[in-house]
Amino acid sequence: MEKFRYLSNVTTLHLDSELCTGCGMCESVCPHSVFEIEDRKAKILDQDGCMECGACANNCPVDAISVTPGVGCAAYIIQAWLKETGLKQDSNAQCC
Amino acid sequence: MKDHLDESGASFGKEPRLQPIFISQPDPSEEVCCGPPAGPPSGPFEKPGYKLLGFVDSFLQTQAGPVPKVKTRPGLSDVIGTVAVRLGIGRNDYKIAPGLYCIGDPDDSSPVMVTANYKLSFDTLRKDLEEVSAWVLVLDTRGINVWCAAGKGTFSTDEVIRLIKLTHLDTIVKHRNLILPQLSATGVSATRVKKASGFSVIWGPVRTNDIKLFLKNGLKAEKSWRTVTFSFVERFVLVPVELSLVIKSALWILLAVLIISGIGPGIFSISSSISRGFIAAMALLSGILAGAVAVPLFLPWIPFRAFSVKGAIMGIIAGLVVVFALMEEIQLVSTIGILLLTAAVSSYLAMNFTGATPFTSPSGVEKEMRKAIPLQAAAILIGISAWVIDSFINKGIT
Repeated sequence: MEKFRYLSNVTTLHLDSELCTGCGMCESVCPHSVFEIEDRKAKILDQDGCMECGACANNCPVDAISVTPGVGCAAYIIQAWLKETGLKQDSNAQCC
Repeated sequence: MKDHLDESGASFGKEPRLQPIFISQPDPSEEVCCGPPAGPPSGPFEKPGYKLLGFVDSFLQTQAGPVPKVKTRPGLSDVIGTVAVRLGIGRNDYKIAPGLYCIGDPDDSSPVMVTANYKLSFDTLRKDLEEVSAWVLVLDTRGINVWCAAGKGTFSTDEVIRLIKLTHLDTIVKHRNLILPQLSATGVSATRVKKASGFSVIWGPVRTNDIKLFLKNGLKAEKSWRTVTFSFVERFVLVPVELSLVIKSALWILLAVLIISGIGPGIFSISSSISRGFIAAMALLSGILAGAVAVPLFLPWIPFRAFSVKGAIMGIIAGLVVVFALMEEIQLVSTIGILLLTAAVSSYLAMNFTGATPFTSPSGVEKEMRKAIPLQAAAILIGISAWVIDSFINKGIT
């Protein structure tokens, strides 16, 4: 996947090393190999590789990881914007 | 009753070995009267109001009731179905009933694989489980594939727990492990599944074609099986659906294009609507092909990271092709109009393609959209203006 890089410095991924127990769950669920376990602590190897799918945060047993997960889809984001501005009442934004 | 050992030596508690019951056997002794011989009698699993599906081979009798055993080789109807959904036909209603299925000759120590009830996901899994004996737990993800369902919350922790209970999985297998596709981790929390059901989640590979290696490897996934890819073939299969999604809006835009192309010194001219409309329709088509076909296919080789920029580049190239092909009929002002329109259409469609890629973050998409949408809108407005102005400038030319 190193061939494909998206925008840098945008991800909302954050790891709190204090809380981390080094269980390795984040390393095994991340589809972009963003994490690595080093000295029994998770480390973010490739911050910009993160696509904010949320698998790591969802599976961290001690809530040491936070990320705002979402659908990286323009149609979905436009509908969310319309909802914010009150132009659209529909409660469910549809994705692709 | 004596414990029964099967060929592999594994026993299945105090129950006799699971017996497959075949769906229907033709009876050769039927005598022929008028017309062709009568078909086989109804099988024990045919029920009023239900239809047996072609991919079901037989049923295994288990403590929790009969479990359909499915074929691993795709049949003709499976292949036709796959081609259709890849073209975008019936894609939103391509699902199978959730519940427990099995493959091969599983017993109480066989692995349990969990998947989505999108038939394409299920078909891919069973095809790659040829010669494997396993249980397949199909969740009700509303006919959505594993990763999208996990993102949308239908492939969820609660759904895994619900299906474990619904199918009485604990009476069918004596181990307490479930193999989940790694990409479902977005929706499933292994810790919560364990707490609520006693079953431990083992994250399987991203792609089903690594599943046999994963089983051989002692349920450990190598790094390359855990990482998503986006190869040319993987991008190629997405193109027909991308196109099918734009067709409807493209027809409305085409109508608008024909009307705008008719505007000129004589207020509206049908002949101009057709002749200039043809050029504008070609520009629209080339913009669509650039954004929905060329960008997905050539993605890694197009410069810049923002999809809207990649789209604009391909759009301008496509626009130049139209301009050169129809050079004799196009003036300078309309050339600017055509290039702005193809760039904007392609840029928008390319930006939309982010939703189909496995590596774009929503924060990034939103960031580029905030910059790109005003520019795309401006390009469309200036492009249309140029196109209309051109018809006034060239009123002398017929």
